[in-house]
Amino acid sequence: MIEQLIPILAGTLAAATPLIFAGLGELVVERTGVMNLGVEGMMLVGAIAGFAAAAETGYGVAAGLPAGALAGAATAMIFAFFALSLAANQAACGLALTIFGIGLSAFIGQNYISYSLPGLKPLPIPLLADIPLLGPVLFAQDAVVYLSLAAYAAVAWTLTKTRLGLLLKAIGESPESAHAIGYPVILIRFGAVAFGGAMAGIGGAYLSTVYTPLWVQNMSAGRGWIAVALVVFATWKPTRLLFGAYLFGFVTILQFHAQGLGIMLPVQFLAALPYLATIVVLVVISRDRRVLQNNLPASLGKPFLP
Amino acid sequence: MHLLEPRARPSRLMRWTAPLIAIVATLLAGSLLFWSLGKPVLESFEVFFIQPMTSSYGWSELLIKACPLILIAEGLAIGFKARIYNIGAEGQLIIGALAGGGVAIYMDGSDSAWVMPAMILAGAIGGGLWGALPALLRTRFNAQETLTTLMLSYVASFILSFMVSGPWRDPEGMNFPQSIMFGDNALFAILLEGSRVNTSIYLTGAAVLAFWLFNARSFMHFQLEVGGHAPAASRYAGFSSHQTVWFSLVVSGITAGLAGVGEIAGPVGQLNLNISPGYGFAAIIVAYLGRLHALGIVLAGLLMALIYLGGEAAQVSLQMPFAITGIFQGMLLFFLLGSDVFIDNRLRRSA
Repeated sequence: MIEQLIPILAGTLAAATPLIFAGLGELVVERTGVMNLGVEGMMLVGAIAGFAAAAETGYGVAAGLPAGALAGAATAMIFAFFALSLAANQAACGLALTIFGIGLSAFIGQNYISYSLPGLKPLPIPLLADIPLLGPVLFAQDAVVYLSLAAYAAVAWTLTKTRLGLLLKAIGESPESAHAIGYPVILIRFGAVAFGGAMAGIGGAYLSTVYTPLWVQNMSAGRGWIAVALVVFATWKPTRLLFGAYLFGFVTILQFHAQGLGIMLPVQFLAALPYLATIVVLVVISRDRRVLQNNLPASLGKPFLP
Repeated sequence: MHLLEPRARPSRLMRWTAPLIAIVATLLAGSLLFWSLGKPVLESFEVFFIQPMTSSYGWSELLIKACPLILIAEGLAIGFKARIYNIGAEGQLIIGALAGGGVAIYMDGSDSAWVMPAMILAGAIGGGLWGALPALLRTRFNAQETLTTLMLSYVASFILSFMVSGPWRDPEGMNFPQSIMFGDNALFAILLEGSRVNTSIYLTGAAVLAFWLFNARSFMHFQLEVGGHAPAASRYAGFSSHQTVWFSLVVSGITAGLAGVGEIAGPVGQLNLNISPGYGFAAIIVAYLGRLHALGIVLAGLLMALIYLGGEAAQVSLQMPFAITGIFQGMLLFFLLGSDVFIDNRLRRSA
């Protein structure tokens, strides 16, 4: 049983990694009061940009992740122009970004359909990787999985312990007050949206250069939307987001091990599980209105013109 | 100092010119795109937007694509007025198609005239139920319908995949994930000789008429608008927000489900994995572009259908991926939302 558990748990971490990146990015964006529903689109653009960079330069993931981040941030700027500079409807702008991103990535991806990349070898941490059970699960992952944990720590630390974090949260609670004190609200929100785009792009690039590693049209398959749902589930707190992502990673990876565990369900039912789990999780967290009300950034989704 | 300032009252002129501005801006951005790809700009536009309309066949194909878009968008517009954001019409379309297709498969070989009405009814019920589910989750558990409707559309596509590769797979279909081809009495009758235009167009026509009457005549419509614009006033007036949620999501589910039946009993003729090229999502743009107005949606639906046809033409004559359709759709929605800002705001005049 334990032998079966190790690959499942190890796979959980890898499957959760794109969600951690995209979710942390969206969490920061929403903390500043902006709701960008374009995560799915940014992930896909990041995925194809990362894949193209990895394939063309020959530097693999080392080129793929930065390219994904850049492309994600660049597409996020389209959203920022419409939703922040023009104060257009944020939810609808996010949807437009998703539709645009799906189209753009498929358009570019046409040239990369039959490529495949070498992926990334695991990077076992000396000594720690030899611990039974925990070692192979936690310390024999690829470098990007460790990077996602570093990103979690950085975001959590920034939000709770730094002046910047305080400023971001203040803008999310009351952009009018922050503006009145003299902070450039729109500019800071632009920065947050760019960060969110870069993180979604990295998540996408991880999918296409490490996790799969090949380009398939629409390969994020709703992970961007699941990341948005995770932020709600996490009540805008990084640590809860991390655990939420692992929960989803586990549900996602389960379908590949179901047969070995003696679960004889049609593949489609297992593949639908992460989406059903998202609904369940949303229901559980939304049931008590106070939980959401108390944690919701007060200006979330509301247009702001100084 | 910001560039925009609020208008004293919303501009009626901008409300109707915004879509036109958005279309022009999309064309400009599109020409930039063609140019950056090294394609001849004017020729590309000709292929994309003019050629499809130069033949009667092209016009009939335009109608075929516009029908489901308009049908779904009329249903979505009801909810959008009340700010109920159903973005999972694609899933409701799929479940409607499955329900209608199930009837066609089980009644295959019967020569009853009731097959078609039964399919339509089943499609409406299927789509309506798939819309009712997020309504239940919203009213009972307060779960936001944006995410639940979308997640349910992924679930719907897995159900479709399961049904056509398992229980309903055509035994003589070389193992392709598809059902049997439907018999004649499970297909909408062709209206125009030599084209694929069929009687499902009446469904769309009925929806346009119904939505127009609903807008012009019903008290429910007034409740929806008040609920969307002034939730507090709506509560004070004693309008039930739960009723609004149920009504919006179930009605839009029904129209999407009907559109699904229109596809499988029309141009597609069976259940397979490609019953909709994203009509459920494109219809969101159609609803907004048509200003949530019954007839506006008809025009917007025709334009969106042209973008689909143009994408197909560009694939053939310009060797461009069909995905260009998605790029145009995204740009159109962005520019529309950008122009809509000027309904309530204007450029700040220098002091």
